[in-house]
Amino acid sequence: MKPMTIDKLIVTIFSLAGMAFTYWFFLMKKEEVVSVTDSVDIIVEGGYAPNTISIPKGKTTKINFVRKDPSSCLEEVVLGDFKIRKYLPLNQKVTVEVTPKVKGEFGFACGMNMFHGKIKVV
Amino acid sequence: MTEVKKTFPIRGMHCASCVRVTERALKKTPGVKDAVVNLATAKATVTYDKDNCTPEQLAQSIAKTGYTLELEEKSEEVQKKEKQKELAKLRTKVIASLITGVLILWGSFPGLINTAPEILKNFFVQLLLATPIQFWAGAEFYRATIPALKHRTANMDTLVALGTTVAYIYSAFVTFFPHIVMNLGVEHMPYFDVAVIVIGLILLGRYFEAKAKAGTSDAIKKLIGLAAKTARVLRQAQDKLSEIDIPIDQVQINDVIRVRPGEKIPVDGTILEGESSIDESMITGESIPVDKAKGDTVVGATMNKSGTFIYKATKVGSDTMLAQIIKLVEEAQGSKAPIQRLADLVSSYFVPIVIILALLTFGAWYIFGPQPAFLFAMLNTVAVLIIACPCAMGLATPTAIMVGTGKGAEHGILIKDAESLEIANKIKTVVFDKTGTLTNGKPKVTDIIPMSVILSKRSEAEDLNEILRLTQNDILRIAASLERGSEHSLAEAIVKASEEKNFSLAKVEKFKAIAGHGVEGVADKQQVFLGNRKLMEKEKVDISFARSDLERLEEEGKTVMMLAIDGKLAGLVAVADTVKESARSGVEALQKLGIEVVMITGDNKRTANAVASKLGIKRVFAEVLPQEKEKILKQVQNDNGRKIVAMVGDGINDAPALAAADVGIAMGTGTDVAIEAADITLINKDLRSVASAITLSKKTMRTIKINLFWAFGYNIILIPVAMGVLYPFFGILLNPIFASVAMASSSISVVSNSLLLKRYKI
Repeated sequence: MKPMTIDKLIVTIFSLAGMAFTYWFFLMKKEEVVSVTDSVDIIVEGGYAPNTISIPKGKTTKINFVRKDPSSCLEEVVLGDFKIRKYLPLNQKVTVEVTPKVKGEFGFACGMNMFHGKIKVV
Repeated sequence: MTEVKKTFPIRGMHCASCVRVTERALKKTPGVKDAVVNLATAKATVTYDKDNCTPEQLAQSIAKTGYTLELEEKSEEVQKKEKQKELAKLRTKVIASLITGVLILWGSFPGLINTAPEILKNFFVQLLLATPIQFWAGAEFYRATIPALKHRTANMDTLVALGTTVAYIYSAFVTFFPHIVMNLGVEHMPYFDVAVIVIGLILLGRYFEAKAKAGTSDAIKKLIGLAAKTARVLRQAQDKLSEIDIPIDQVQINDVIRVRPGEKIPVDGTILEGESSIDESMITGESIPVDKAKGDTVVGATMNKSGTFIYKATKVGSDTMLAQIIKLVEEAQGSKAPIQRLADLVSSYFVPIVIILALLTFGAWYIFGPQPAFLFAMLNTVAVLIIACPCAMGLATPTAIMVGTGKGAEHGILIKDAESLEIANKIKTVVFDKTGTLTNGKPKVTDIIPMSVILSKRSEAEDLNEILRLTQNDILRIAASLERGSEHSLAEAIVKASEEKNFSLAKVEKFKAIAGHGVEGVADKQQVFLGNRKLMEKEKVDISFARSDLERLEEEGKTVMMLAIDGKLAGLVAVADTVKESARSGVEALQKLGIEVVMITGDNKRTANAVASKLGIKRVFAEVLPQEKEKILKQVQNDNGRKIVAMVGDGINDAPALAAADVGIAMGTGTDVAIEAADITLINKDLRSVASAITLSKKTMRTIKINLFWAFGYNIILIPVAMGVLYPFFGILLNPIFASVAMASSSISVVSNSLLLKRYKI
């Protein structure tokens, strides 16, 4: 077997490192939970910020979405477990109210299910 | 002075003192008569003089206190215009990118290059053409990618941005440094066409997808559009009643409203005066107009056809039936179907995995691929990035749910959520409650048989001259005279029947109700008894010659009462709860779908069996107490293994049974109670809708499955092809341009397939 040329070695290292980096960057990010009592503003820009909120069980919490991202992907937000699908006009606050009856984790996502956020009910 | 009352959202409030501050600020604004601020709803209701005060002034007053009063929320129209503007911009970008792409392709594609003008073959010209497309038309991919990367997330735009940028940068490098590329043994050929055409085609796909997607929420738009804009309210002004037109949001409960022919009924209410024929098809799906008169309820947004009437508003604003329907459909469209779970799981890992696969493709082709390895590696990497389509997976289920639930709503079938829709698809047995569901729930007189008819079948004649002369009308009149004093539901049916004939009833003396037997009294100077067998036996009235008629009527599911005058049988009055017109065809439609139909009732077995056989129902549970219905349901669910069972009821009396069923279907009401308890509410009262709802659910689920099959299949098959797995065996590689065609068409095909559901005729 011929020894690997230097360029191939570089490409191998580059590919493997890139794959590891991609995995770490996207799939191993730490979850930062923002604790909410009454209401929270979630900025919709390339995802949701804050991305994970924790809200109390049995209490109505207002979640205000403000879309700053013109991407059509984010123009709708869907909180499937709460039966909410809302159109988010650009730069306008859209408030949704949730009153969770059970504890647990409930996801929300954009209309195409590509950007995700999480509601933790405690 | 024009006084108006309006509600505005106020932002920034969090305590009771905020309420006081904002209220004071509003009340101090010139022209404001009253202002009430509610902390819970974060809304201010302001009564002000339209001539001396504007909402903008109110907003300014609030702004001074540090809070924000939001003027009217963006209307549908504004949103629509915004969307149209966006689409127009997208179209310009598509046209510009595709024209530029074709020009560059002409100047660089091996087969075409010979026919191209020299200027197009110049790499710098190609760079000049490609740059604005990459950074102007393709700007939205970057705009979405950069903030996403900040949040360590990625989406489809990330893939397109990565793919086209790789092609563009490589091409720019080749243009500026051809010698370096040649020294590496690679032909110095740029790939601007790939970057530009891919951008153009993906934007084209997005354009069509946006247009098609708008169609999925048509039903909600249609429902919102149904609402009337104004109401003609009768108001007392200076000792006289005057009619004024007011906006619909200012109509209050108990307002008296006049509706003329051809006008829309503004809100829900009860008719006080007049009668008319009303077209309720927009709400119930029922195409035949319904006649309504004093005391009948009318539903907002329905159309008054013929007469003028006055009615009292009983439900306004968000309490009206239309508002409830809109809320329900909106909720259903926002809900998640269990079948979506896998797609949800996959989509959260999808994009990073595609990037990893793209890097793997690059490495593998560079190391193991044929020469020029770098070119193969780069083009295949771009193809992998471009062909992956997470959108199709994301759109597969919700678009079908939106079209399916919307389609149902248009025909009076309200589905609570996606989960109910999914379960309804698996229904094997439908259990009907009899009274009020299969039957009208209002007993009616069905037969009146005078003695003359009974005896005409017999050979012997008796000396009953007096009684033999009594006609059907006489029997009914005497029975009704007697029953007027009774409160029994059967009595109500007899009195109602005589009212329809406008009989003047006889005066009854010595009236007495005998529990479990019937009633007695003196009418027209004769001793009269009306009741069942027991009463006749007690009074020693001979009923032997009427026995065959008695049995026949009972076997038909009717309750028979006997009328005896002066100790002799004068005739029979049969009362029955009439079967709904659509009951038989409704049961047949279900049986055609292979669904078992079961009837459950509190009635006696003979009546129950009679109704069941009339409707073609083979399995009957009779003499069931209300609290036992749930138990029976469980029994039906578990015989022959676990079956999915639907329960159809009126939604009010049988709410627990509806909740216990896998799918609770409430018939013919739009009340809050019914909607809460039921998974599916049929507001059109047509029993055939049960089968329609199940068929709709089957069709929707089929669409979802096809969508998911395509969305998954597409990615599972084409990503490996783009990676080049077929190359060693068949020499097949996927050009990035073809990858973008496939990608653009995948989302469109999913959305279009969902839209096909609209064609299904209910």
